Amino acid sequence: MGTKLNLPDKARDHIVGDIDAPVALLEFGDYECPFCGQVQPVVKAILDRLGDSICFAFRHFPLSNIHPHAEHAAEAAESAGAQGSFWEMHELLFQNQQALDDESLVEYAAALGLDEARLIREVLSGAHAEHIREDFRMGVRAGVNGTPCFFINGQRYDGARGLEPLLAAITQGSGLYVA
Amino acid sequence: MRALKRRRFPERFMANENGRYQNIYSKSRRSALPPGTNAPDFTLRSTPDQWLNLGEFRGQPVVLAFYPADWSPVCGDQMTLYNEMLKEFHDLGAELLGISVDGAWCHAAFSRDRKLHFPLLADFEPKGDVARRYGVYRDKDGVSERALFVIDSNGQVHWSYVSPIGVNPGADGILSALEELQSKKENTNAVTAGAK
Repeated sequence: MGTKLNLPDKARDHIVGDIDAPVALLEFGDYECPFCGQVQPVVKAILDRLGDSICFAFRHFPLSNIHPHAEHAAEAAESAGAQGSFWEMHELLFQNQQALDDESLVEYAAALGLDEARLIREVLSGAHAEHIREDFRMGVRAGVNGTPCFFINGQRYDGARGLEPLLAAITQGSGLYVA
Repeated sequence: MRALKRRRFPERFMANENGRYQNIYSKSRRSALPPGTNAPDFTLRSTPDQWLNLGEFRGQPVVLAFYPADWSPVCGDQMTLYNEMLKEFHDLGAELLGISVDGAWCHAAFSRDRKLHFPLLADFEPKGDVARRYGVYRDKDGVSERALFVIDSNGQVHWSYVSPIGVNPGADGILSALEELQSKKENTNAVTAGAK
């Protein structure tokens, strides 16, 4: 694939921040995974605290057999991304993990002022399915073993998912000062 | 009436904040069968009324995934991950078999709950016999290690790996081993074709 398996890649990933920031945080996640939902406020707090010092990317890792809506939710996020609203949809999906059926996905598209017909068409035709599968495969090859799975500067993080331990792992060795 | 004394579990039995029970298992020596050994044959229940024999798969690679027990937390579960990887395994010509000391009825319930599309074998009677023969039984705990074996089409262990018991080993090692087997097969085919 030629791309970096465990570092954000500007050419293919959705990225927050500058790709050359001192810290790279990559998350593999599933919109229907409760643990991923729980960790979102932590991710946000980390991005707030580190500001320009961090680059964050999200890749899809839908466990479709146990999470029947995860694949379409990921496709809806990608479709929103194609309309320039990936992170807005990402946020909405995690806030509404209990309602990720197709009808709800369309409602979220409407709420974000997106072209709903296009989103429906893209989700139903699997227009972004290959990209999502590629995310998944890259994750497996990088050593993702469940969701959520974080990589800090390319290293898999296996510690606790609270703000303090994650922040400590991120700032450790990077010389960053966190206010 | 005497007040009941409240019993507290030692810390090591408590789930940490990721829901992992890292420390409930003892530390054990690992002695998994190494590459090059013949994979011991076995016949185990795959459902309450069906049996499965390893020898049936001769001629194709088999991934044998030992795990300690059914019902670990969902999103980080090894079998759940492999279930999503079946296409990749099949594309590499391999069959996947999960195996633990849980009984066939337990496996059936677990498999239905997680919508698994590959067999789970019950190493139940004599308990852990197959795990023992592969060198991955934990006597103190009464369960197998989290151990992976990739068995080649001739029934030999091509690759084996024992993960720390609390850590899901993922699928990367399995895919690399299967890819090696495939390129080996292609080379052999090329050599045979060249000799003709």
